[in-house]
Amino acid sequence: MSTSAQVVPVAAGVDRRRYWLDREGVLGPLLLLPTVVYIIALVGFPLVLAVLYSVSDATVGDQSLDFVGLRNFRAAIGDGTFRVALRNTVAFTLVSQLIVMLLANLLALVLSADFHGKRLVRFLVMLPWTTPVALGVLGWLWTLDNVYSPIDYAFRQMGLLGPSIGPLRVDNPVSDVVRWLGLGSVFGTGSNVLWLAQPALAQLSVLLVHVWRTLPLATVILLAGLTAIPQDVKDAANVDGAGFFRQLFYIRIPLLLPIMAVAFLYGIVFTFTDMTIPFILTNRGGPVDSTQVLASWAFIKGIEGGSLGEGAAVAIFLFPVMAGVAALMLRLARRTETS
Amino acid sequence: MAAPVYRASLPDANELARERRRARLRRFGGRSVLYSAASFFTLFAALPFAWMLLTVFKQNADLYDPNHNPFLYNSPPTLDNVRLLFEQTQYATFIRNTVFVSVFVVVITLVATVPAAYSLTRLAGRWGESLGIAIFLVYLIPPTLLFIPLSRVVAELGVRNSWWAMVVVYPSFTIPFCTWLLMGFFKSIPWDIEEQAMIDGYSRLGAIWRTVLPVSIPGLLTVVVFSLALTLHEFVYALAFVTSSAEKTISIGVTTELIRGDVYFWQSLMAAAAIVAIPVAILYNLFLDRFIAGFTLGAVKG
Repeated sequence: MSTSAQVVPVAAGVDRRRYWLDREGVLGPLLLLPTVVYIIALVGFPLVLAVLYSVSDATVGDQSLDFVGLRNFRAAIGDGTFRVALRNTVAFTLVSQLIVMLLANLLALVLSADFHGKRLVRFLVMLPWTTPVALGVLGWLWTLDNVYSPIDYAFRQMGLLGPSIGPLRVDNPVSDVVRWLGLGSVFGTGSNVLWLAQPALAQLSVLLVHVWRTLPLATVILLAGLTAIPQDVKDAANVDGAGFFRQLFYIRIPLLLPIMAVAFLYGIVFTFTDMTIPFILTNRGGPVDSTQVLASWAFIKGIEGGSLGEGAAVAIFLFPVMAGVAALMLRLARRTETS
Repeated sequence: MAAPVYRASLPDANELARERRRARLRRFGGRSVLYSAASFFTLFAALPFAWMLLTVFKQNADLYDPNHNPFLYNSPPTLDNVRLLFEQTQYATFIRNTVFVSVFVVVITLVATVPAAYSLTRLAGRWGESLGIAIFLVYLIPPTLLFIPLSRVVAELGVRNSWWAMVVVYPSFTIPFCTWLLMGFFKSIPWDIEEQAMIDGYSRLGAIWRTVLPVSIPGLLTVVVFSLALTLHEFVYALAFVTSSAEKTISIGVTTELIRGDVYFWQSLMAAAAIVAIPVAILYNLFLDRFIAGFTLGAVKG
């Protein structure tokens, strides 16, 4: 610092403007200006506008903002589909993220070991996160097809699906074992499961795709946490003769808890606010709105239905969760900063 | 924790051999659990993509027969479906639009984030880190909360229903994310090199241009890759702002235009998805560690 302060007057003698730009109090805000202006214009202002819309009667046809109080919220809550969407959003988020936490710990354990083909496995396991979500979900749409699903085919060959009597009965060693275990035709005696055509199964499918999509993210975050566990702690545990499970429960999991919280919060953000998965997988929340979520319902009401006020009111329900997550995230960041 | 047991005398050879055998067995058990878990997770993650790739090259008569084993080619593979995609659909238009949008978004992101990240790490003092985290949190504000007001903004700017809408809106998530990523990079560059350049008579901006930027090329590359990846991943804004098919990008073009026809051309549809998804995945994967370093908010120093 002191050296640059000594040099500045020399440079200033050559060019006054340069001197002015060299002052940190000027240059700092100046360099930050474009980003801040942009964020205020395209995030801050719209955020305020979202709140204004939710208490106005704006539609695509008439965009003037006339204050109508809480009418949009009352209308939204009075709508049965909204209540289904709210319940689904909460259920999809919590259930999928609990499953993800469990699986991510297992997968991180796998990927922190050494084995042949690890790089390829890592690449493949990351695919759900690294590929565009809309295209991955399109892949699932075809994988869970009502007629040509390869999963259904595999189930049929294993005797898990399809008739157990008559000419269409499949017989092979695997299906014999399956029937002996009492699992014959557990997925029904029809030729297909119809994953996306029945409400309960469609919900399960959406949940599954949420798990599929966020598992890689949680896993790599946990992996980053695992590599940060100091080697001497592990060495000390080994010297003390702590076995695999003892190390898992007394060292890995406690030391990983803060980073698990980070992974969990990100998972909540990405599942709670998602509309892509039900939009593509169950053709905008079907069958009969059984997989509708808040975000997709806001889209259908606000953009497709053209009632901006009501759509905005539905979307506002995403806000408390987002604010809570942001606050927790800040606390976690501050704690790691001080430690 | 139990103290290790010290033997009074040396174990005899038989006992040692038995112990070694037991250890080998335990190791074998551990390995098989490891490999089965790895296979299970790989299958779960890659299943839709595997089925996607298998489908692309299948002939109609082979694919649309529920009695055919879907995991095999019962008729020879064909490239007709890919040809159909490029010759009889608007896929090429979607690709062109996507390229335009990506180039603009990447350039805007670079122009905004490099000065911002520099300012936050070098010039803002102790406020820099907090402001940086605040900007990163902007990235987490979901498109699904903003698309309704932004549709108004986009309409006022006169870019509704054109790919320019995406050029205007996409930096709202690429800039916050990439500013934070770049801050991590700039932090790792020692002060000395700029100071030396300034002692040699360069202005601050000259010093940034000649010393900081050349050594931050990996960081700039990371910004390019992630603004590109986030652009290709985006779906919600594109769906909300663009309805005419000539202006659509890949992620909505493929899922709304190609899928709506009365007949699903699944092979061409899967080709359309795979052609984009696989390269993006490879690119993303190369820079994954950078992504995670940013996402963990520096909580983990790798």
